[in-house]
Amino acid sequence: MYDRYARGLRARIPLLIALSLAWHPAAAATDDQTRAEVESLRQALAELRQDYETRIAALEARLNAASAAAPAAAAPAAPPSVAAAAAAAPAVPATAMATAGTSGTAGVTGNRDFNPAIGVIFQGQAWKSSLDEDETDIPGFPLGGEAGPLPRGLSIAETEIGISANVDDLFTARLTAPVVIEDGESKIEVEEAWIETIGMPAGLSARFGRFYSGIGYLNGKHSHAWDFVDQPLAYQAFLGNQYLDDGVQLRWLPPTDLYVELGAELLRGDRYPSAGAADGGAGAQSLFARMGGDMGMSSSWQAGLSYLHSKSRERASGPEDAPLLFSGDSDLVIAEFLWKWAPQGNWKQRNLIVQSEFLWRNEDGRYLLPDGSEPDIDQDQTGWYAQVIYQPMPQWRVGARVDLLSADNPGALFDGTPLADDGNDPRRYTMMVDWSHSEFSRLRFQYARDLSATRANNVWGLQYIHSIGAHGAHSF
Amino acid sequence: MYRFVTALALTLASLGAQAELRVFACEPEWAALATAIGGDRVAVSSATTALQDPHYIQARPSLIAQVRRADLVVCSGAQLEIGWLPMLLTKANNASVRPGTPGFLETSALVQRLEVPASVDRSQGDMHPQGNPHVQMNPHNITVIARALAARMTALDPEGPYQAGLDAFLERWLAAIANWELRAAPLAGKRVIVHHKSWAYLEDWLKLTEVAQLEPVPGVPPTASHLSTLLAQLGSDGKGADFILRAPFQDDKPSTWLSQRTGIPQVMLPLSVGGSAKATDLFGLFDDVLDRLLGASQ
Repeated sequence: MYDRYARGLRARIPLLIALSLAWHPAAAATDDQTRAEVESLRQALAELRQDYETRIAALEARLNAASAAAPAAAAPAAPPSVAAAAAAAPAVPATAMATAGTSGTAGVTGNRDFNPAIGVIFQGQAWKSSLDEDETDIPGFPLGGEAGPLPRGLSIAETEIGISANVDDLFTARLTAPVVIEDGESKIEVEEAWIETIGMPAGLSARFGRFYSGIGYLNGKHSHAWDFVDQPLAYQAFLGNQYLDDGVQLRWLPPTDLYVELGAELLRGDRYPSAGAADGGAGAQSLFARMGGDMGMSSSWQAGLSYLHSKSRERASGPEDAPLLFSGDSDLVIAEFLWKWAPQGNWKQRNLIVQSEFLWRNEDGRYLLPDGSEPDIDQDQTGWYAQVIYQPMPQWRVGARVDLLSADNPGALFDGTPLADDGNDPRRYTMMVDWSHSEFSRLRFQYARDLSATRANNVWGLQYIHSIGAHGAHSF
Repeated sequence: MYRFVTALALTLASLGAQAELRVFACEPEWAALATAIGGDRVAVSSATTALQDPHYIQARPSLIAQVRRADLVVCSGAQLEIGWLPMLLTKANNASVRPGTPGFLETSALVQRLEVPASVDRSQGDMHPQGNPHVQMNPHNITVIARALAARMTALDPEGPYQAGLDAFLERWLAAIANWELRAAPLAGKRVIVHHKSWAYLEDWLKLTEVAQLEPVPGVPPTASHLSTLLAQLGSDGKGADFILRAPFQDDKPSTWLSQRTGIPQVMLPLSVGGSAKATDLFGLFDDVLDRLLGASQ
């Protein structure tokens, strides 16, 4: 259709010129001024004609390209009859065929409607605890970072806004900005803001910006993907719930049949378990390695080992009004193990997840205590959890978790401080039941018998996790 | 022992020499098609089996390792794999199979997609905004996709005998379609109840009429109240519809319950290659689908 229109237009151009010349007052043609005018008009028309011909040529080129690609898309629209199928010769140029169906990210990630993809996750709970908040301190393990008990009563947790998109053919980006309520005021935080390469060769990728460190299994999981309302005690005590910092991460996957992932990070070291951005703002470094595979059709596994070294300058932990300030080196090793099972690998009906992590930490440095004393410390601490999540039927899951902590005696200089464990043996037993009407909504009941404080605590409540908009795929 | 090691080394070397193209298929039907076209020259793996619901797959380490080494990723698309494929592609660090490159083929984009919703609202269930992704159940779609797949394989491995493989496949395939359409004539106009909207393309091909779904909205498992509503609507004389269809990975309890009370026969149909004992390849898949439907309609 376009080419017919174009051809018609082109044929008419000389006619237009002739008409416009004839229309001009020919009687005054002798007049020099008029002649000049005619000349300039003629020139203008010539320019116009040139311009149109260029545009028409461009249109024709586009049309040819489009009609070459069209049969690939149009062929299936033909009525599905034997005759049509037999007659449909592959008259399509190989080049058009070879690129058809390449797709953008739309079909795979669903980004067609919104670019960038935007999603919001709502979380909140009704929470009950038999001990007051100030009675829940864990002797020997002053908490830092984001760790701490959930507020009692009805409250919303963070409302997480996630925005992500490919930047170009080399980079992709993600922003996670939770709306949090602190001291009665709501504010928007930058939780994650990172750029990641998508075009690097040889199985490499680099991420930079602010992100959850790749150490451990649970460290990188967003709270909406947790299987329990809270993190295990070891993550609370050693990582302030989750270690998040500014920096760069490099990941490499060797081309092996067995899944192997190797990673290294250089981080600012400004967040618990690090503090003060030591070493010129590169105070923390990590290494991690993971492998995994399938065992038959129904089972798959993953195991990993991570190491985090962080330097701290006056890292605060313990009570907010009288914090303990640690300066020195902190080394953390995490061993993770995960096993997932579903009959025939059909996850939707029934499935089971067994998961465990062991955390070991050494802290070597000096504490500045609220009383002004500055005792040295060289202490080993360990923590461990194991959990089982079972989905007996679609929509319903039950889970159980046990977790515990233990530490060396830091010495008599720490008697009477939150670092003295007073012979306590912190441990906790948790169970949960959750129900998900769809992939986008979840309601959870959780009960924990918490023996981490000096007195036993019964903690229980209801939680909701709902999401709208774009929702990224979950990792293994 | 020495002989064994030598034999093993030779076998491994020959495997390495033969497989020039590594194809990662999200679903077994595309794995079967790539094998039919590429033969020994391709090493094909499938992320899912026909006994698994392809909407709900874990982004397992083994799959990441396969995508890492793949030259071509072939998936249905239209958001069927949205819960796991983006994670595999992100984790695998393989730039040559990213969507938008020749190493990525979205098969549902090659055909006329059915059931494209006019509006997308999650209160209507887990909708696929680009339409129904289960395109493999119309053999004419396979014809179109086979051509595109062979062209793509040739583009990635120009030395490969993919055109010959395609010609040989299509010769058999078009003859098989003619045969299937003759056999399927009595099925035209039959009314079906489906567990999930997995059969839109089969219905379009065989001119079946879908009268109800067991899921109250797509993606939400059948509920007692929805099944009761269906029972009241269908009656118990066996005349409310002709078949209740479900895929092998879908729970058989809801369809059994409804079948017993309405007298409408339930039919388990393979949705892909490997979904039943006879569905060993794409030909067997459609042979068995017709066998089962014709068997149940007698």
